[in-house]
Amino acid sequence: MSNEWPLWEIFIRGQHGMSHRHVGSLHAPDAETAIRNGRDVYTRRNEGVSIWAVESAHIAASAPGDKGPYYDPSDSKIYRHPTFFDIPDEVGSM
Amino acid sequence: MYAQMVKTSGSGVKSRSEMGAQEQAFQARIDAGDKIEPRDWMPDEYRKTLIRQIGQHAHSEIVGQLPEGNWITRAPTLERKAILLAKVQDEAGHGLYLYCAAETLGVSRDELLTELHAGRMKYSSIFNYPTLNWADIGAVGWLVDGAAIVNQVALQRTSYGPYSRAMVRICKEESFHARQGFVIMMKMASGTPAQRAMAQDALDRLWYPSLMMFGPSDKDSVHSEQSMAWKIKVKSNDELRQKYVDQTIPQIEYLGLKCPDADIRWNGEKGGYDFSEPDWAEFYEVIKGNGPCNKERLGARVKAWDDGEWVRDGLMAHAQKKAAAKHAAAQEGSGNVE
Repeated sequence: MSNEWPLWEIFIRGQHGMSHRHVGSLHAPDAETAIRNGRDVYTRRNEGVSIWAVESAHIAASAPGDKGPYYDPSDSKIYRHPTFFDIPDEVGSM
Repeated sequence: MYAQMVKTSGSGVKSRSEMGAQEQAFQARIDAGDKIEPRDWMPDEYRKTLIRQIGQHAHSEIVGQLPEGNWITRAPTLERKAILLAKVQDEAGHGLYLYCAAETLGVSRDELLTELHAGRMKYSSIFNYPTLNWADIGAVGWLVDGAAIVNQVALQRTSYGPYSRAMVRICKEESFHARQGFVIMMKMASGTPAQRAMAQDALDRLWYPSLMMFGPSDKDSVHSEQSMAWKIKVKSNDELRQKYVDQTIPQIEYLGLKCPDADIRWNGEKGGYDFSEPDWAEFYEVIKGNGPCNKERLGARVKAWDDGEWVRDGLMAHAQKKAAAKHAAAQEGSGNVE
């Protein structure tokens, strides 16, 4: 009996040249309507200048259970952060 | 506010010793202030309780459009009409954010609506009261959305990520609602004696129903404890109601109106107002379906759903036809190349 419209994820680029950001989801029969509804739902107060709509079913995601082990390898590599290196004050800013 | 008397699944607050390892780890995350995300493990009861609460909250937003929609065509000026339209449109958006948050828990929007239409899911009792005149539109924005803000500001810290994010977004938009209502009240309270009387009458009728929005008193709120332990609820009904009264009484005084509760007193010791409880018997009657507008509200929702069916189906059929044509053209196109 239910002929429910598919779910879409909506991404919006804000005014200031930032990347598109996920703002939420909505139901729409097709991409065109998803974008139009995205405008009505997520940009009622000038929140954006560009909209992406992606059908939710097409989003691949990492497994939540991986949270620890998947990202652990970067924990020990603190030398990737510039603050790891002490530069003498007399060298100036670097 | 928009969720009252949400039944918490399970039988009371579980102690650590009653929990398995997975559930203990889950509770530890909640206690540490972690947000739970859709694909994280969660106890069934947590999931079910959230679906009920977020669903009821979403239904309230949608049903809440009706008492105000009633006045769009009769707003006193074009500007007021445009403002009211924008507010009612916001409510539709709020409903949508919340339905989407509920959907991340594995329930579909159509399922939630089916439950609402069958009377198995509720919406806030406040929307079963009528909006009789223009002053009521001011009072609804000021008092009802004001109460919503008190509740929703607290819920921004709720433990479920998508619900919390929806609350953040809603709170940003909600203060427009309260302010536009208060400005209507200011205008009427400083108008002719007849307008002042209308403003006072609206306050008289909506004061206690607004206090009911926070749900029954903590001592009678059987479901609260486990929901608080899960941080689905962040503050108790009575705490929120007190906060609301404390912020609203000075606003009533500013308007030069009179609170219909003759026993309102500042209590210096507790640093808040003492006030009379609403008539809880009336509250339970309204929740049961016997409020002044229950039948009309639910009837309007069911009618909108039924009348809209051909539009939903038509757009879906059109989208499928277009997709099929595009697919066929792509097939043909690739054939031509060879």
